[in-house]
Amino acid sequence: MGMTFAEKVLASKAGLDRVVPGQIVEISPDVALSHDNAAAIYGIFKKIGVPSLARPETVVIILDHATPAPSTNHAENHRIIRQLVKEQGITHFYDVGEGICHQILVEKGLALPGEVVLGSDSHTPHAGVMGALAAGIGRSEMASIWATGALWLRVPESMRITVTGQLPEGVMSKDLALQVIGDLGADGALYMSVEWQGEAIAALDLSARATLPNIMAEMGAKNSFLPPDQKVLDYLQARAQRPFAVVLPDADARYEVDLVYDASDIRPMVARPHSVDNVAPVAQVAGTRVDQAFIGTCTNGRLEDLAAAAGVLKGRHVAPGTRLVVIPASREVYLQALRAGYLQTFVEAGGMVESPGCGPCMGNHLGVPAVGEVSISTANRNFQGRMGTKDSQVYLASPLVVAASAVAGKIAHPADL
Amino acid sequence: MAFKGRVWKYGDNVNTDVIFPGKYTYTVSDPAQMAQYAMEDLDPRFAEQVRPGDVVVGGANFGCGSSREQAVTCLKMAGVGAIVAKSFGRIYYRNCINNALPALACAEAVDALQEGEEVEVDLEAGEIRVGSGTYHFPPLPSMALAMMEAGGLIPYTRKKLGLA
Repeated sequence: MGMTFAEKVLASKAGLDRVVPGQIVEISPDVALSHDNAAAIYGIFKKIGVPSLARPETVVIILDHATPAPSTNHAENHRIIRQLVKEQGITHFYDVGEGICHQILVEKGLALPGEVVLGSDSHTPHAGVMGALAAGIGRSEMASIWATGALWLRVPESMRITVTGQLPEGVMSKDLALQVIGDLGADGALYMSVEWQGEAIAALDLSARATLPNIMAEMGAKNSFLPPDQKVLDYLQARAQRPFAVVLPDADARYEVDLVYDASDIRPMVARPHSVDNVAPVAQVAGTRVDQAFIGTCTNGRLEDLAAAAGVLKGRHVAPGTRLVVIPASREVYLQALRAGYLQTFVEAGGMVESPGCGPCMGNHLGVPAVGEVSISTANRNFQGRMGTKDSQVYLASPLVVAASAVAGKIAHPADL
Repeated sequence: MAFKGRVWKYGDNVNTDVIFPGKYTYTVSDPAQMAQYAMEDLDPRFAEQVRPGDVVVGGANFGCGSSREQAVTCLKMAGVGAIVAKSFGRIYYRNCINNALPALACAEAVDALQEGEEVEVDLEAGEIRVGSGTYHFPPLPSMALAMMEAGGLIPYTRKKLGLA
């Protein structure tokens, strides 16, 4: 019998002919990603007692969680990280303003097909958009990788989601993701590797594809994989920082769960407070008051997302009493959106455009809600208290729906405007 | 190793944001101080009233969400002896092992345990004992056990590198 993507990569990395789900293997990741938590990781690393990083060429640090620093504490945290970068000779360092770590890893050609990416951030599975095996880990684990260059992983069971057909007009990959999470639940893929395939996936641009592995963390997945095709290879042509070899699952691999979705059935969706699997069609919650709309994050802050939102906001204005915050996912996206005129559209519509980073997604700064307020966001997580206060409500949706909701001042789809 | 404590019982999908809010992740760095924010957005009584050895009980997918290790550290520093749940979020489970906080998957015990009652957990025997009976949990994987015995991943790594 053949092997799934995760089994193939982990077997190869562990130097074994084959592995089976449940098996524990020790592997050396190709990329060890951390962000603003690198300072805390360095503290743990020092406790281990080795003087220098085992494999500094694999270590990537990207500041994004609170950038530019909103307080002296945050600024001090960044200062410690810049110092550790110097002390340890880390070359893959991206300072504040560059963008969100998952987006930057892709843009800088550091997320590569067939490689293993481990990151001290739960949305690390994002890098699966390039065909990497990418999984989140904790801070102590990252410190241990810095010291030893290796970590244990459990070979996951695999789920395959085949998506046929074509997404209807006005429906985005975010809607597909929310539908799947709603169907399977917040633990629907617990510990599993989720592989996407099918004509509807192949038809998506890379930006829309990235939303899928990014948000699979919310279904409990260890990692999520999209098969690298010509679009991926073309994108990497001028970006890949080293040679790579594409790994695809075997045709006769065994899947614990094998699902088929028809993209043409998908409708615009929202996740209601306070859980990503608490989904409903937009039509069902349309009219809910919105105090703040937020377009950005690693989930939906790319050029195509901003283009979709700008298309809705062009020639319109944010509703009185509603605020719109837009944060491009990276400097590259920011510049492209600037040249395309999207940022001007947002500002003319009454929105605020902030510098690249995670922004208010986890309640740090740049537009956190007040007590009792309702937000609608393109992010991937709406846990109670996520944006700063437990006494607020966060809805999640596609950039199209968030932009339309900003205009309407209540939850709406562009078709309703 | 066995210990006794009181049950703090919660539901399914208890996430890292309600265990340790994101707004503190870069402002609170002292592990002992983390304990005072434990469960802040889920149960405001918890941080004040929790006692050493107490057992946190959750349903399915306990600790889902962020990779933030503080969501484990804050419970550990608050004195929590073990977490019993039907299942655990993947990174949370790893973080528990790495911090030597027993994360025990035992659906039967979760259904049986009552808020506030006294419970005894015996890690070696693999037993959870309460008034209503004794419940068994599967032994931890050998690598996890070795890590717990060493006191967590960091002392374990030091040992592996010959530094301890």
